[in-house]
Amino acid sequence: MEQQREAAWLGMWVFLVTEIMFFGGMFTAYIAYRAAYPNAFAEGSHHLNIVLGGINTAVLIGSSLTMALAVYGSQVGHRKMLIGFLMFTILLGLVFLVIKGFEYHHKYEEHLIPGHSFSFSGPRPQNAQLFFSLYFAMTGMHALHMIIGIGILTVLVVQATRGRFTPEYHSPIELTGLYWHFVDIIWIFLFPLLYLIDRYTR
Amino acid sequence: MSTPTGPAVPVETREHYLNVNYGVKSWLLTTDHKRIALLYLASITLFFFVGGFFAVLIRLELLTPPGDLFQAETYNKLFTMHGVMMIFFFLIPSIPAVLGNFLVPMMIGARDLAFPRINLLSWYIYILGGLFTLGAVVMGGVDTGWTFYTPYSSTYSNSNVIAAGIGIFITGFSSILTGLNFIVTIHKMRAPGLTWFRLPLFIWAHYATSLIMILGTPVVAITLVLLVLERGFHIGIFDPALGGDPVLFQHLFWFYSHPAVYIMILPGMGVISELISCFSRKYVFGYHFVAFSSLAIAAISFLVWGHHMFVSSQSVYAGMIFSILSFLVAIPSAIKVFNWTATLYKGSISYHAPMLYAFGFIGLFTIGGLTGMFLAALGLDVHVHDTYFVVAHFHYIMVGGAVMAYLGGIHFWWPKITGRLYPEGWARFSALVVFIGFHLTFFPQFILGYLGMPRRYHAYPEEFQVLNVMSTAGASILGVGYLIPMIYLVWSLRYGAVAGSNPWGATGLEWQTPSPPPTENFKETPIVTEEPYHYSIREIKVV
Amino acid sequence: MSVHVVPKKIYFAVFILLLVLTGVTIRVAFVDLGRGNTILALTIAVVKALFVILYFMHVRYSPQLTRLVVVGGFFWLFILIAITMSDYLSRGWLPFPGK
Repeated sequence: MEQQREAAWLGMWVFLVTEIMFFGGMFTAYIAYRAAYPNAFAEGSHHLNIVLGGINTAVLIGSSLTMALAVYGSQVGHRKMLIGFLMFTILLGLVFLVIKGFEYHHKYEEHLIPGHSFSFSGPRPQNAQLFFSLYFAMTGMHALHMIIGIGILTVLVVQATRGRFTPEYHSPIELTGLYWHFVDIIWIFLFPLLYLIDRYTR
Repeated sequence: MSTPTGPAVPVETREHYLNVNYGVKSWLLTTDHKRIALLYLASITLFFFVGGFFAVLIRLELLTPPGDLFQAETYNKLFTMHGVMMIFFFLIPSIPAVLGNFLVPMMIGARDLAFPRINLLSWYIYILGGLFTLGAVVMGGVDTGWTFYTPYSSTYSNSNVIAAGIGIFITGFSSILTGLNFIVTIHKMRAPGLTWFRLPLFIWAHYATSLIMILGTPVVAITLVLLVLERGFHIGIFDPALGGDPVLFQHLFWFYSHPAVYIMILPGMGVISELISCFSRKYVFGYHFVAFSSLAIAAISFLVWGHHMFVSSQSVYAGMIFSILSFLVAIPSAIKVFNWTATLYKGSISYHAPMLYAFGFIGLFTIGGLTGMFLAALGLDVHVHDTYFVVAHFHYIMVGGAVMAYLGGIHFWWPKITGRLYPEGWARFSALVVFIGFHLTFFPQFILGYLGMPRRYHAYPEEFQVLNVMSTAGASILGVGYLIPMIYLVWSLRYGAVAGSNPWGATGLEWQTPSPPPTENFKETPIVTEEPYHYSIREIKVV
Repeated sequence: MSVHVVPKKIYFAVFILLLVLTGVTIRVAFVDLGRGNTILALTIAVVKALFVILYFMHVRYSPQLTRLVVVGGFFWLFILIAITMSDYLSRGWLPFPGK
């Protein structure tokens, strides 16, 4: 049992390393292009809504807290606390996605979705399009991870109500927690990179 | 894959993993690592023949100078599908997913891998990805080359790039899950007493391979996602017409795809260490060096990818750095070759079929590796870039190296896997045929490349014909060399002599359990008290 | 590796700290520090990520091997970025136009 738990813990961390490299490809692309076209990227980031981005950062950090407390609940065997905080985490995840949806919709209205309908009034529209391509690829991939995470959390809530988890056996909660915090960390980097850098210009 | 029973030999009554239960369901829903290994064996053999079929067509076209057999566009699809099938669906899963799956738990005295269900899942993912890619072939093929360089792949090609890209993306996860499983298994499931330096070198090699799988594969996965997004939605990422930089694609692609070469060769090196030691009855010379050289190869493999991009408008300074770093790979590779040779020295060498493959490996890998040094040299590479010299070089590594080791390993562990011996005479004969056919196929290509014949063209000037005819002739011999083992190995399932638990008199935990092994591998957990490869040189050969 | 229960108040403390750092990074983004902006924003992000990893993800209380995996993962990302950028940043060095 102990061996299984250790194996699962290590396996999850190894999986998260693959996730680091997965997002890492996009971070590399972002850095290379930002270094090449700093002005176009600064222009692009001015079109992002810093208020919504900031609120979403706080929401996601909050969901990390509730997730950590859910793990705590499972460790001490407090089932109500576990279920409550899992559901709270799901709720905050959904809030994040809804806000993100508003942001996406706003970009759609401004014709900032890359592709044939993309139009950008500033200088070097093509390089600004790179910014938005990466913005949508990175935040989209991040949102996809959140949707998967919410799906897993929902399964865990069902299992927890059936009393599947005990202080001796709660690996699924712990591992999902790791995953959820990892998704949070990705956002912690996406937020300054996409919304904040070179914001002071203008 | 049926249970070996037949009239020629006494029917075995002992229960083992092959006869414990029957039926399609017992195979398709199995979580037994040994059965999953056989599922992989069947599927990668299928993909090997699909890829081989394209190779036959390529060699037929190149038999004559004019492009008379196929259109240029068709030829582009042929070499693309040959590369995609062989690399992503045969070579990368070959040794790890078949021999590694079968042997990693047995060699460390475990009942199964750490996550048996994830292991089965990885096979299904592999099949799903394979079906996508086969679908791309059936719908008309892909013509970008296996490297999918942008912007051709993302904008201009009129072939099924998206389907092939999705197929490879999916298959990547199979590779990631296999690597993850091996790493956790090797860390957490070793038998009592089995310390790191008592592990067989096969395990070290697979550990290093797994590191590459988990660190590299995700990067090519996201790169293919971005490629598919650009192609599907016309968003700008790599296409210069949309503001992007195609060289960035090459960086991200080769960050995985260069280390992927070591995914193919490292497990092969692990196999060779086992074979050399067993058939010269000696402890592997410089065990620690060989073990750490596997990790060193895995680490250095991530620092050299730019040598694929010397003429891709990469900065010349980056090119110099990549050139120097590429030479570094020679050090751990040479450590291995020298230590294998030193193991042979004063050994009691027997020339069984697996050992013949091992000898073939050492020779071919050395040629492939040394020509790799030519290509790592910045100046020379500009001359031979994208010529047949490169084609010959990487076939010496991948076919001469990886496939030789794969065949050697399959022969060596065949008695363990099936409980039967193959006909030794035929096996030695086919090893020889493969060796000769291989050289005849690919050595002329070194000369062709040096003389300036570019790769990926379906027509060539008349003066290259003699060497191309030699190559095609060699390829037909090589094909025969691959078919013979197919026949006698299948034959041996029914008619082969019954192998004991340890027909080679080898050390290693996998030989201490009956052949074929019981489902749980070991009746009781083995306890390890010795170093690996405790062969005594004076020992009389068992076979 | 036995179960290590982290006290709740540590979680809350980390939470508050992360919120404060988020506020700081947003505020600082509107001050002209030249290159310092990028450096500061990323430093704050790294600090935030470290706290999440060490406390929320329990790495502070985990075996050596876990730490090795985490460090190794980020180091490999660093390799990818650093070597790729070594190409981009040295492209203009040759004194030929267009090279």
